[in-house]
Amino acid sequence: MIEIKNLDVIFGPKPERALALLDAGQGREQIREDTGLVVGVNNANLTINKGEICVLMGLSGSGKSSLLRCINGLNETTRGSINIEHNGEMIDFVNADVDTQREIRMTRISMVFQKFALMPWLTVAQNVAMPLELQGIDTKEIKTRVAAQLELVGLDQWAKLKPSELSGGMQQRVGLARALVTESDILLMDEPFSALDPLIRTQLQDELIQLQEKLHKTIIFVSHDLDEALKLGTNIAIMKDGIIVQQGKPEDIVLNPADDYVRQFVAHTNPIHVLQASSIMRPITEMLLTEKGYCLSKRHDYWLSEDQQQVYYRGDKFSPQLWQCGQDIAKLTAAPTCVPADTAMQDVMEIRYHTDHSVFIMKGNDEDLDHNEKIQGVIGDKELYHTLLGKMMLED
Amino acid sequence: MEQFKLPLGNYIETFVDWLVDNGASFFDAISESLEWMIALFTNALLWFHPIAFIIVVVAIALYFRRSIGLAVYSVLALLLIWNLGYWVETMQTLALVLYATLFCMLIGLPIGIYAAHHPLFYKILQPILDLMQTVPTFVYLIPTLTLFGLGVVPGLISTVIFAIAAPIRLTYLGISEVPKDILEAGQSFGATKRQLLFRIELPAAATSIAAGVTQCIMLSLSMVVIAALVGADGLGKPVVRALNTVDISSGFEAGLAIVFLAILLDRLFKAGQAK
Repeated sequence: MIEIKNLDVIFGPKPERALALLDAGQGREQIREDTGLVVGVNNANLTINKGEICVLMGLSGSGKSSLLRCINGLNETTRGSINIEHNGEMIDFVNADVDTQREIRMTRISMVFQKFALMPWLTVAQNVAMPLELQGIDTKEIKTRVAAQLELVGLDQWAKLKPSELSGGMQQRVGLARALVTESDILLMDEPFSALDPLIRTQLQDELIQLQEKLHKTIIFVSHDLDEALKLGTNIAIMKDGIIVQQGKPEDIVLNPADDYVRQFVAHTNPIHVLQASSIMRPITEMLLTEKGYCLSKRHDYWLSEDQQQVYYRGDKFSPQLWQCGQDIAKLTAAPTCVPADTAMQDVMEIRYHTDHSVFIMKGNDEDLDHNEKIQGVIGDKELYHTLLGKMMLED
Repeated sequence: MEQFKLPLGNYIETFVDWLVDNGASFFDAISESLEWMIALFTNALLWFHPIAFIIVVVAIALYFRRSIGLAVYSVLALLLIWNLGYWVETMQTLALVLYATLFCMLIGLPIGIYAAHHPLFYKILQPILDLMQTVPTFVYLIPTLTLFGLGVVPGLISTVIFAIAAPIRLTYLGISEVPKDILEAGQSFGATKRQLLFRIELPAAATSIAAGVTQCIMLSLSMVVIAALVGADGLGKPVVRALNTVDISSGFEAGLAIVFLAILLDRLFKAGQAK
């Protein structure tokens, strides 16, 4: 677990000069004009729990890397604290003495770099062994630990090659193995996949997710790509001009962007992997209840009976069928379908397309679905289009 | 204008005189121990029979350089030098050059590393290095002569002064061009400053430092004739003698021996082709 509290980073000589101006509420530009100092991070507060992947997102120069690099001291923190669990107690890394900081770097925190940062004169195995050698661990133990790590990332055949003989994706696997070999519980990843081509990037993202399911590290991941952030992050913090402008779960970010800056990011992302059916549906409580039942659409003569057992569409009567995650969508008949609340938007779209009917959202999640659960909302074309176009129902 | 001539030369002379008066025993001690060390090394080289020496060189060429061409060249060049009758002089020159290079590296490497870590120091160092490379050699040959007396030692010291700028510059260059991200990788895994230097900076700068060694050897070789002027033994001596007696044939032969030795050392020590 990591707790970052009121953290400021200011670059330049005598950075304390800018703190008072910062407290007085002066902006980044103003401070640069007055003092020549650059505000890297401004009053960041962030908590990352064990097993979480927190993605720091933002354009270049937004301070995301600066914040990340404070956690292991590659950047100096001007003010604030970073609490890290070390030997059973919480320690403020910023104010720890040099030896403790070094110990934390060796055993608690490891880092993966954007440009891999491998030693070109060492072999793959020697590169992975380096952090352990710096700790002075004996050669035999290093050998077994390195071998185990190389196998984990699928590099055991390439152990004797030099990094320059490997592709970019392979090189970053070496970087990852080197970071994992210390068995530290915190992993800092500074745009680790940005230098790779899109196919390899997706592949390494998937591998990271798989590894994380096994290893449960505390990961802080810097990215400028919201799609990557949405895919990997259990939490996302979006930064602009050194300030964290929004933090929350991936769905929160997509559904409720805090300002135009975040909205712009969201506008360029594809929400269908992120959103759940329950967050884009039209709740049944908003529908008009008449003697014919709930009115789904007057124009299309589309009704749901009050007991929720029947659907009437232009005079025809249907009994809704049930779909759950893992079922073959192609086998559904052309009739309304009920799905669990946590069904992915992608599946909803596919069902809508295949059945030619609206999709009804039940109250329970897929795992603990009670077949007698009531319907809580509906998704038709209108809801799907609104979500894709970035407009929410509330604004209607 | 000349009536008010600044007595700059006098100042230096007074300073050197003061050094001679007060530090004579100190400089004598240095001079004697250096002379003893060089004599020891020269004798060690001469202890090998020329054929044994040639075999060693060929073995180095084949094992470290993996070059049959270089092995063939070594055999021909060394046999020719032997045949011309300059074997002893060549070994003396080799001892002087290798010693000068050793001293240059012993002094130059730490200075280069320190300069790379302290930019301000390098700013001050730079004009001094320029000065050492551009001041005509004879100018500092005179004070070294008065301090250390005739012989191989003033030759060695002048050679070191002339050649040391190259390894300092190339070490500085190598260390300051180590990519920032691999340094940060080291730091992020908790490397101490010492570990950073020995495990990351020096290996990363190895090619550049090796280039410094080769350059240093070449610069030292170019000083052998000047070293001979103050009494250093070696291939410079026959050149100087030939100059004084206008002896074209022996001047040409000794010069040829220097060239062959230079090419041999350059190819044997050249950076970037190791393994």
